[in-house]
Amino acid sequence: MKSKEYILYLKKLKREKIKIYGLQLLILVIFLVSWELLSKYKIINPFLFSSPSNIIKTIKNLFLNYNLVEHIFTTLYEIFIAFILGITLSFIIAIILYEFKTLNKVIDPYLTMLNSLPKVALGPLIIIIAGANTNSIIVMALLINLIVGVMCIYNGFNNIDPDLIKLFKTFKASRLTTLFKLTIPASYKTIISSLKLNISMTLIGVIMGEFLVSRKGIGYLIIYGTQIFNLNIVMSGIIILIIISFIIYKLVVYLENKLIK
Amino acid sequence: MNKLLCINNLEKKYYSKQCETLAIKNLTFDVYEGEFLSIIGPSGCGKTTLLNILTNMDQLTNGTVTYLKPLKFGYMLQSDSMLSWKTIWENVILGLEITKSKTKENLEYVDRLLNTYGLSEFKDKYPQELSGGMRQRVALIRTLALKPDILILDEPFSKLDYQSALKVSDDIYRIIKNEHKTAIMVTHDLSSAISLSDRVIVLTKRPCVVKNTYQIKREKNLSPTQNRKDKNFAKYYDLFWKDLK
Repeated sequence: MKSKEYILYLKKLKREKIKIYGLQLLILVIFLVSWELLSKYKIINPFLFSSPSNIIKTIKNLFLNYNLVEHIFTTLYEIFIAFILGITLSFIIAIILYEFKTLNKVIDPYLTMLNSLPKVALGPLIIIIAGANTNSIIVMALLINLIVGVMCIYNGFNNIDPDLIKLFKTFKASRLTTLFKLTIPASYKTIISSLKLNISMTLIGVIMGEFLVSRKGIGYLIIYGTQIFNLNIVMSGIIILIIISFIIYKLVVYLENKLIK
Repeated sequence: MNKLLCINNLEKKYYSKQCETLAIKNLTFDVYEGEFLSIIGPSGCGKTTLLNILTNMDQLTNGTVTYLKPLKFGYMLQSDSMLSWKTIWENVILGLEITKSKTKENLEYVDRLLNTYGLSEFKDKYPQELSGGMRQRVALIRTLALKPDILILDEPFSKLDYQSALKVSDDIYRIIKNEHKTAIMVTHDLSSAISLSDRVIVLTKRPCVVKNTYQIKREKNLSPTQNRKDKNFAKYYDLFWKDLK
């Protein structure tokens, strides 16, 4: 039986939540309305900045005449493949670096060099090697999400309580046993948290890849819009991208909460 | 009492880029079967290093450690080191699992220990649901599960609050004596050393050597908490304090 005070407390929490959501929605409405009005009365250049109503019209047009669904699914497919490959490879590489300390020390300067290199500079090379197709986009996304993923998981491994490592030593546990019974399960939370970072990096990589080489995808639509000077398409592409990123990010956070529970 | 272990002129040096550090110098002492031996000394004097050498987790530089029969060590660390993602039961049988000795007999032994020491109802709980003292008892049972000949206790109460430390020291003492185990405890807590041990070795500061060895005599052998009321308690305390100064 909930007490009267507790019910009041819960109501207060609910009120606060509604207030926050309300304010968030209000900001969005004010932003869209001001954008529409400023564009309509030509206070901002409607050609450069478009307007919400124009964007809706463009999206409808893209949907009917430009196969928008296919573009969206192409980008989603690339994100999915690069994300799965990214986390799998990050995990494997982090384990190798953690288990083989000498190798880690040897390749450390090369990793630092690779990490500091702007990956987009490798774009033309990737296109020649992997071909002007989806493969190049996935390789580009991998280059961006891999290093961050590896660092994140590797740091997680390094932060394991030294007492737990000693405990395993007292049992004379083999390296393989320690890896599977301690290192990986103890870093579970870090590994799951790295998913969030990984998805953001994958998105950057995929769009960058689509800018460089593609005939389909949201990144392609944005570049196409720029080339034919139709900034409505560019804006629409950006808006669709924002929505996709937001949904994917929320999905990953949901997954993270489910897995960590 | 039979000798189990002879440590003779043990020396340990550490090397770093900057210098060479002598941690232990000419350390000589014996360990007897069934005794509760405490080793006390100022912090950083090399006590944990000594334990690591005895249990083969670290190499000695000079001297000898002679095991008079094949010995199995059970190491209990400063912290309870529970795996938070495993239940109490899974934690307790971790050593058995790793050493591939999860036999029916050993599992029954662990089950009996949990029953005897009041932890069987917490088998399916997770470590974070238990108090610090209870977790320390679980850690001891996890160590005992491997049926060691010598129990090594490295500052077993240092992470507990005072009241829990008193209670856990009573529990641990009872378990060790009931199971007829030999124990070597390293501590900087003089009171625990006096109230639990049959013999105490006082070490000097780094590089450590044996300063004095005391056979602890009591009027009656009671629980460690009650042993603190023994009339000799204060006398030993003063002696150790003088040695450590």
